[in-house]
Amino acid sequence: MHRRKVLIVCLVVLAAAFGGSIWTSTELSAMHDQLALQEVLYLPSVKTVKAMSLGYTGLMADVYWTRVVQYYGRKHLEKSVAYKLLPPLLDITTTLDPHLDIAYEFGAFFLSQKPPQGAGAPDEAIALVKKGIAQNPDHWRLYYDLGFVYWMEKKDFRDAAEAFASGAKLPGSKPWMTTMAGAMAQGADDLGMARTLWNDVLKETKDPLIRNNAAQRLQCIDSDEAVMALQKRVDAFKEHFGRNPGNMRELVDVGLLRGIPLDPVGNPYGINAYGEVVVKDQSKLPFITKGLPHGEEATVLYNKFVSAAEEKKQKEEEEKKKHEEQKSSGPGTRPTDQK
Amino acid sequence: MFAIETVALEKTYTVGFWRKATRQALKPLTLSIPEHEVFGFLGPNGAGKTTTLKLLMGLIYPTGGSAKIRGMDVQDPRVKAQIGYSPEQPYFYDYLTAHELLRYYAQLSQVPAREQEKRVSGVLERVGLRDIGKLQLRKFSKGMLQRVSIAQAIIHNPPLVFLDEPMSGLDPMGRREVRDLIQALKEEGKTIFFSTHILSDAETLCDRVAVVNKGELKGVGAIADLNTRGTGETEVLWEGTGEIQGFRALGEPHRSAEFWRVLVPDDKVYAAIDLVRQNHGRLISVTPLRETLEDYFFEKLNSKEVQP
Amino acid sequence: MIARVRSIAFNTFREAVRDRVLYNLIVFALLLIGSALVFGQISIGIEKIVLINLGLTAISIFGVVIAIFIGIGLVAKEIDKKTLYTVLTRPVRRWEFVLGKFAGLIGTLAVNAGLMALGFFGALWLEQRKFVRSDANLLTALYFILLEFVIVTAVALLFSSFSTPLFSTIFSFALFAVGTFGDDLRGFAASSHGAAKAVITLAAYLVPDLSSFNVISLVAHNQPIMPRLIALNTGYAFFYSALVLAGAILIFDRRNLK
Repeated sequence: MHRRKVLIVCLVVLAAAFGGSIWTSTELSAMHDQLALQEVLYLPSVKTVKAMSLGYTGLMADVYWTRVVQYYGRKHLEKSVAYKLLPPLLDITTTLDPHLDIAYEFGAFFLSQKPPQGAGAPDEAIALVKKGIAQNPDHWRLYYDLGFVYWMEKKDFRDAAEAFASGAKLPGSKPWMTTMAGAMAQGADDLGMARTLWNDVLKETKDPLIRNNAAQRLQCIDSDEAVMALQKRVDAFKEHFGRNPGNMRELVDVGLLRGIPLDPVGNPYGINAYGEVVVKDQSKLPFITKGLPHGEEATVLYNKFVSAAEEKKQKEEEEKKKHEEQKSSGPGTRPTDQK
Repeated sequence: MFAIETVALEKTYTVGFWRKATRQALKPLTLSIPEHEVFGFLGPNGAGKTTTLKLLMGLIYPTGGSAKIRGMDVQDPRVKAQIGYSPEQPYFYDYLTAHELLRYYAQLSQVPAREQEKRVSGVLERVGLRDIGKLQLRKFSKGMLQRVSIAQAIIHNPPLVFLDEPMSGLDPMGRREVRDLIQALKEEGKTIFFSTHILSDAETLCDRVAVVNKGELKGVGAIADLNTRGTGETEVLWEGTGEIQGFRALGEPHRSAEFWRVLVPDDKVYAAIDLVRQNHGRLISVTPLRETLEDYFFEKLNSKEVQP
Repeated sequence: MIARVRSIAFNTFREAVRDRVLYNLIVFALLLIGSALVFGQISIGIEKIVLINLGLTAISIFGVVIAIFIGIGLVAKEIDKKTLYTVLTRPVRRWEFVLGKFAGLIGTLAVNAGLMALGFFGALWLEQRKFVRSDANLLTALYFILLEFVIVTAVALLFSSFSTPLFSTIFSFALFAVGTFGDDLRGFAASSHGAAKAVITLAAYLVPDLSSFNVISLVAHNQPIMPRLIALNTGYAFFYSALVLAGAILIFDRRNLK
């Protein structure tokens, strides 16, 4: 009957149109990335965004926070080397809602880490967390995040120790923060400390991206430790047989190993031509410092050393300049601000 | 084939927030209305008159039974070309003129383009709205809207016309005009179904009437039959006498103003007339009393059984 | 069939065009566009950017307001006031009625957008005394705004088919507001898990995604619009409107008209 016909046609159109709208919508979402790239220059200033929110800054902050996560996730998937929008997005989010701690923490990790794991901008990370501390001086976690950045990416143990120490004084902080402060002050930089810190991140944070990152870090630490242990066995082989083992199989055959060891992502460790233990797929374990291809480990260490040394040199030169300015301005001048 | 035929046509609404309770707006209604008849649908407000009309118009859907117009189910789109409908409390597009509205409706009702203009002016004349010119409908009075409503119901010359309270909002002059119009439509051979709660209109116009109350059909009767049913009494009016003794045997005379009035059984009429003449009175009128529609109406309204 | 739809469409257009509310809103929009000329003077070098941003945003917002108010007024109000009883008792199918209303409304909005666009280009002329090639992008932006109107109108019609004028208006505005954040809603759906993910994803696809239609800031900075975006947006508007209209017809056809 007529009404039955209408019903059927409508349902068919409904289904087809729904399908069509989902399809076009998905295609449009894919296009958003390209649009987003174009919009790099057109992210509105913080003041504009604040004005546009018509007072609903909390809601806008949440919207922008979602965009931060989406942006990072999308870029990370593409193994991007530039996260240009991440600093301004985080800046907008934290200006709209200065108490959104998770944003500061996110920035601490993902602004500071080197690409493609992060934006490789530790100074911006530090600036962001300091902004957070200014707005929330009694949130101990922020000091922890600050210390983390200083230690992990800047290798600035003094500032790291100071951050941990300040945080340790606040209610709710973890008791080991004082110990950490002390250890840092001594310039300790070992895998054990790193493991403790990342374990704690994993335990305390609920944000899935940060947890993922921490888990990966722990895996890499496991790998580093495993590589070091394996290297000892390889060296033992060398000593005994006077030559490098060709592969792990030989170690098993002579009883130095019980089975072919696998790295945390399931690939077997190998031995290169130089008799060094190597990790098969470095891309899956991005934070390892051992088991890298020949020469690269040296590069990593070199870079670490160089950047640390350069920074030290930079600081020394600044101090010298200040000292000389003080001297030249003569006695009776106002004392400059001490750090 | 009947013009309108319903078989156990029923409408029950589910009411309340959770849609649990039910309200039976129309109990199963079975009616047959032949062509060319003027059928009156009577009942107090809320009796189910408008519900029945809307069911017939396909504006609401029945929860039971069926309804046919000229042999076709009322849901059939072909039916719409054969009917005209004037709703209760009509309201039209604010910013159109009556002329534009009727033109639009003529178009929708598939009146041939070259005839539309003629029909529009013709029908406006018929309902007494010849000179409304460019006045927009939002400025129309209730009575004027009622006339437009009837106009749009007949502009495409349908064989069946359905009117819901066509007299509402009209002054006595307007009511007279509409009554005349319905009479004219009847003479054109149209079948007319109209609902009303004004009994005198129904009495004048209808061939048959149905009485509904509380969603139930209480009775259907022909007006002609009512007129031939006498109450068995005759009213005699005279003047110019004092109290006449002999009437006691026939009835109780009463004096009102200048004349006397008595009700006597039909078979005693001539005896009464003779009595008046003997007393040198002057006869004013001799009127046999017939059952009025009103009597029929109230009798049926609250009756327990449903009469066919 | 087509003739009836056309007839209803034309009548809807006529009724809308005579409604004074429409004109008031258009005048207001034009005033706002004119004021953009003043705001631009505040800072040297960005007059044109301000004009485009403010002008196109005004057209977009006012257009949506008009679309919703007229859409509701011409359908929900018609059902509420029972004007359509005498239409539906003619040889007009209910779906023809819905489509005719939709067509009439779109026509009204197109004219409306056209008038506002004229005002906008007029202001642009006053600002820069000539037109440059990149101004053609503005037409694309206006086209997208028109597509937005189409979607919003369809939504207003959907709500009109079952809700009172007041609630239809509220729901339509609400859906429009959520739709502007359509992209974020999708993102939110992508990062959620489990049962919530299914629910939010479904919601994200049912809510109209209006974020892709807003290219105002791009156009203000003279960026060209990719043809692929134009094609996809047109497609999305078509599919989504068809979806919503099918729903509206379905509901309206089965409805008892009190």
